Amino acid sequence: MHRILLSLSALLLSLLITSCNSESNDESNNNYPIKKVTEGIYYHQGVHQDPSEQNIGAVANVGFIIGERCVAVIDSGGSYLEGTYLRQAIKVKTDLPVCYVINTHVHPDHIFGNAAFKEDSPEFVGHEKLPAAMAARQDFFARVFKETLGAAYEGTEFISATRTVSVDKPVTLNLGNRLLTVTAYTTSHTDHDITVLDNKTKTLWTGDLLFMERIPVLDGSLSGWLSTMEQLKTLDLNYVVPGHGTASSDLWQQGFENQIRYFTTLRDEIRVIINDMGTIDEASQQVGITEQNSWELFPQYHRRNVTASFVQLEWE
Amino acid sequence: MFNRIISLLAACLALAFITAPASAATPTEPLWPTLKYLYFGDKADSIREDATDLLVLEAPKRAEDAAIVPMTIKSLVPQTADKYIKNIHFIIDNNPEPYSANFHLSADLGLVDITTRMRIDQYTYVRVIAEMNDGSLHMVSRFVKASGGCSAPAGKDAAAALARLGKMQIRMRTPTIGEPVTAQVIVSHPNYNGLQYDQETRRYIREHRVTNIAISYNDKPLISVDTGISVSEDPSIRFTFTPTEAGVLKADVKDSKDQHFTQQKEIM
Repeated sequence: MHRILLSLSALLLSLLITSCNSESNDESNNNYPIKKVTEGIYYHQGVHQDPSEQNIGAVANVGFIIGERCVAVIDSGGSYLEGTYLRQAIKVKTDLPVCYVINTHVHPDHIFGNAAFKEDSPEFVGHEKLPAAMAARQDFFARVFKETLGAAYEGTEFISATRTVSVDKPVTLNLGNRLLTVTAYTTSHTDHDITVLDNKTKTLWTGDLLFMERIPVLDGSLSGWLSTMEQLKTLDLNYVVPGHGTASSDLWQQGFENQIRYFTTLRDEIRVIINDMGTIDEASQQVGITEQNSWELFPQYHRRNVTASFVQLEWE
Repeated sequence: MFNRIISLLAACLALAFITAPASAATPTEPLWPTLKYLYFGDKADSIREDATDLLVLEAPKRAEDAAIVPMTIKSLVPQTADKYIKNIHFIIDNNPEPYSANFHLSADLGLVDITTRMRIDQYTYVRVIAEMNDGSLHMVSRFVKASGGCSAPAGKDAAAALARLGKMQIRMRTPTIGEPVTAQVIVSHPNYNGLQYDQETRRYIREHRVTNIAISYNDKPLISVDTGISVSEDPSIRFTFTPTEAGVLKADVKDSKDQHFTQQKEIM
């Protein structure tokens, strides 16, 4: 009896939600909310889940910056389908063309929407090492994500950077009275991370150099990422859009501190195990236990971080 | 032997890929029934499966980092001059080249306890087949799930790996003569498998990988491993042996460009 009541009320609730939705703005996609960060800057916040057909791979933060001449997309989505949602969301906000699609790094949740912007003929912007990283991984990603994303994957293409940014040589992009500075880093989260700074509002898009709430994933260099974080946390910024989690004006410094604490804990505890001839297995069972309640998706990615860190720390 | 197997297999797989439908992300048919004849020919049917009285294969249930999956092989019966495991064939069914390594073992090794690190492309059976000195074959296997998300078997920092190419370490706790000690040999090497494409030169990066790691004590061989492309970047062999007298533990590494690297450690 209780169960029937419960399912009835669930049904009522879903009807209610559906009817509310149909009353709102027809042009916008209610399953794909866009948040304003500050004037002319919008993002869709990814869910803290692994990519799946249900969430269409929309697990990372993606968004756009509108200038007087044109629009820059920063990360295009975790599937072709998400890319089309993002493009639709841009059309709701402005008639200006998309002139740049900037990929902060190669991971599928940040690049799989690229093909949705092909008809805008934008410049695809990325780190100088992005093309090599994409070439090395695309067969693997295609095989795995075709299965993971199902129908949402259809239309996904691997479109590499047509304009690359070198370490120590930041590039300025002009959206019309709005200058973006694209900076390339030495190996950190990956070996090809870039950030995008909107000079007008002092808003920094960090890509996956910063994860908020969700456990950070190491696919680059532990020591490299730590030093990049030390550098980024001191910047004078008004807003930060992380690769995952909430964009903010006041939480991002703590975000960097949390990440630094996590990776420093891993580093220090793994060093002890390596010095005692311990194994990767032992390390992944023992290291970082104090961090397990601090992060979403900890069970899914923590052991992987330990493994990746371990083999790097062997060469200190 | 190893190279012939590899080229034969490469040809077979190439054919398989051409004929397979594009949507087939993971093989639906088990490969082992085919692979075993490829690698063991007439002897394939004599392989004793589930040889859990002889061998243990430890592997994680899930490949956390697809580029570095630790795997341990242990024997439950000590090596003796009369009866010992001569070779351990290491096979990862669903990798681009399933035949991943061949460990040639000495009778002097005592109990076999070897850990190495492999790349795992997708969910797969991993199997080790022990070939005894009498030629009999004994197998154990484990199933390993692929890692989720963005973990690819590609290297994380190719430039860093190349920069320290050939650097080697032999690591161990302070050994006592006559007692088993665990040692680890690691060589820094990008282990390019020839499948990576260089966008700038528009060519495949030439295969550049470790082909053999030979470990000896006082010039008597303990373990010699023929390594395939499934072996992780910076190949690592961790093993247990018993030094019966003072001497020198030595590791020699050869790669596909015929480069040699060597490192040794004195035990007193």
